[in-house]
Amino acid sequence: MTSTAGIAPANPHDTAAPAPRGRKLTGYWLILPAALWLGVFFVIPFYSLVSSSLFDPNGSVLTGYDMTWHFANYFDAINDYKAQLWRSIWYAGIATLACLVIGYVLAYAIAFKAGRWKNLMLVLVIAPFFTSFLLRTLSWKLILADDGWVVGFAQTIHLTNLLNFIGLTGTDDRLLATPFAVIAGLTYNFLPFMVLPLYASLEKIDVRLIEASSDLYASPIRGFFKVTFPLSLPGVVAGTLLTFIPAAGDYINATLLGNTNTKMVGNVIQSLFTTQGDYAAAGALSVTLMAIIVGLVLVYVRTSGTEDLV
Amino acid sequence: MSTLARLRRWIGKHLVLGLGLLVLVYTFVPIAVVVLMSFNNNSKSKNVYKFQDFTWNNWLHPFKPGGMKDSVILSIEIALLATLVATILGTLAAFALSRHKFVGRRAANLIIFLPMASPEIVMGSSLLALFVSRGFGGQLGFVTILIAHVMFCLSFVIVTVKARLSGLDDNLEQAAMDLYANEVQTFWRVTFPLVLPGIIGAALLSFSLSFDDFIITNLNAGQEVTFPMFVYGANQRGVPMQVNVIGTAMFVIAIAIVLGNEIFRRRQEKALAA
Repeated sequence: MTSTAGIAPANPHDTAAPAPRGRKLTGYWLILPAALWLGVFFVIPFYSLVSSSLFDPNGSVLTGYDMTWHFANYFDAINDYKAQLWRSIWYAGIATLACLVIGYVLAYAIAFKAGRWKNLMLVLVIAPFFTSFLLRTLSWKLILADDGWVVGFAQTIHLTNLLNFIGLTGTDDRLLATPFAVIAGLTYNFLPFMVLPLYASLEKIDVRLIEASSDLYASPIRGFFKVTFPLSLPGVVAGTLLTFIPAAGDYINATLLGNTNTKMVGNVIQSLFTTQGDYAAAGALSVTLMAIIVGLVLVYVRTSGTEDLV
Repeated sequence: MSTLARLRRWIGKHLVLGLGLLVLVYTFVPIAVVVLMSFNNNSKSKNVYKFQDFTWNNWLHPFKPGGMKDSVILSIEIALLATLVATILGTLAAFALSRHKFVGRRAANLIIFLPMASPEIVMGSSLLALFVSRGFGGQLGFVTILIAHVMFCLSFVIVTVKARLSGLDDNLEQAAMDLYANEVQTFWRVTFPLVLPGIIGAALLSFSLSFDDFIITNLNAGQEVTFPMFVYGANQRGVPMQVNVIGTAMFVIAIAIVLGNEIFRRRQEKALAA
């Protein structure tokens, strides 16, 4: 193809002639199939979920459920499973913080230090997605195994004692089948969701602003906290949300890496739906989880002052 | 400058990059484990997830464990179909959102963003509630899995293709029109080839998301067993090492496609710059 430089400015408005009548509708026709699919299979199901959460709890899959506006389902579900709900928020919160710290280093390195390796490093960030999530989680069983070198090293530097002290492991010097293992798994699995938005907002920062701060005698650390970090806040908010939300609903890490005392709310919802067939309680718990998440997100987005995420 | 000061400056300059690379290495450790375990002979003890002996057998007989072959085939079938549908619908929607003005665009953007920001367990249970309340509770299976997969792949396709479209220089299309290409010619000769790497990237993402999904699938699968469900079920009685062969093969194929796509994109850019 030849250079377009001489051609494009010739008459750029040629094509902007008033569109024929039908053209105005093109946008609608193009988006209609996707909008319908998401409407029918994403939006409407929420309605079904909320209504199933108000079913008469005495029904069963075989006899069918009656819609009785049974709000007590919510009190029962929260009462019975508050430990798992609390644990999910707690585990997902710690994992999100860990992702923020680890992910920030990586995103910063890619945005400012990678030079011509930028694209390659970005591909490497998402490359782990191409192996199965379950298999990667299973791998942590081997990495954290009782006689592995990770546990040995953690014992040598007394990390196991520290983790036991803050309640993330037991007294038996193990890492596997502890809350620590579940949180480590969550951190690992959702890290790319943190790195990509962080990178996107770091990349937009005008480097001259950071240089200016150092010209004005700010130390690199002061410059980071006064200039770089505040400017990357939209990425921090987007990244923490995209990490926290799936982590709070996950139950694969809790099942594969935890023990019976590390069950998260996802474990409960899943087994209520599939093995116990208690749709009313499962629905109520699912809606509660969503409500907690939406509540936390609203508070968080308001306090951090970035409201245009979408 | 003394060697020590020089060393300190060098470290100061490369510390962040070094730490960043360390994080990348960390993200690849479990993948290395998957590859390693694909050569593991676990006949001594099936319940311990540990490297015991080296063997080629898993690679020579990848489908030996009962039920695994069917689960892999099912997952591939669903992933191919879901990718096809999601990529077509998503690409159309991406064109609508970035090339056409219409009422309700903000609402459309919100609805596209939400599936990416909802916990899978909530989306999965909502869909199940819908199917059961409409009387399809007994017919969960291939079709319901496919519906779910297209649903959660759509948003990712739309976002990926939109990003490619917004990075396009529309001078090229203007130029084609100025050279008397009609709209159809402009689209197929100029616009589409330029957007193609974005569409391929989106399709690849869809395929991986679909092939890999467990939480939503598990709730809506009925009696069907996809590959992730096979792995999850096998976990209780000891995972056959052949699953790691599948994991490694998928990884290698996906990386090859990503690299091919990247080379194609670079060539195209070079051709345009020339």
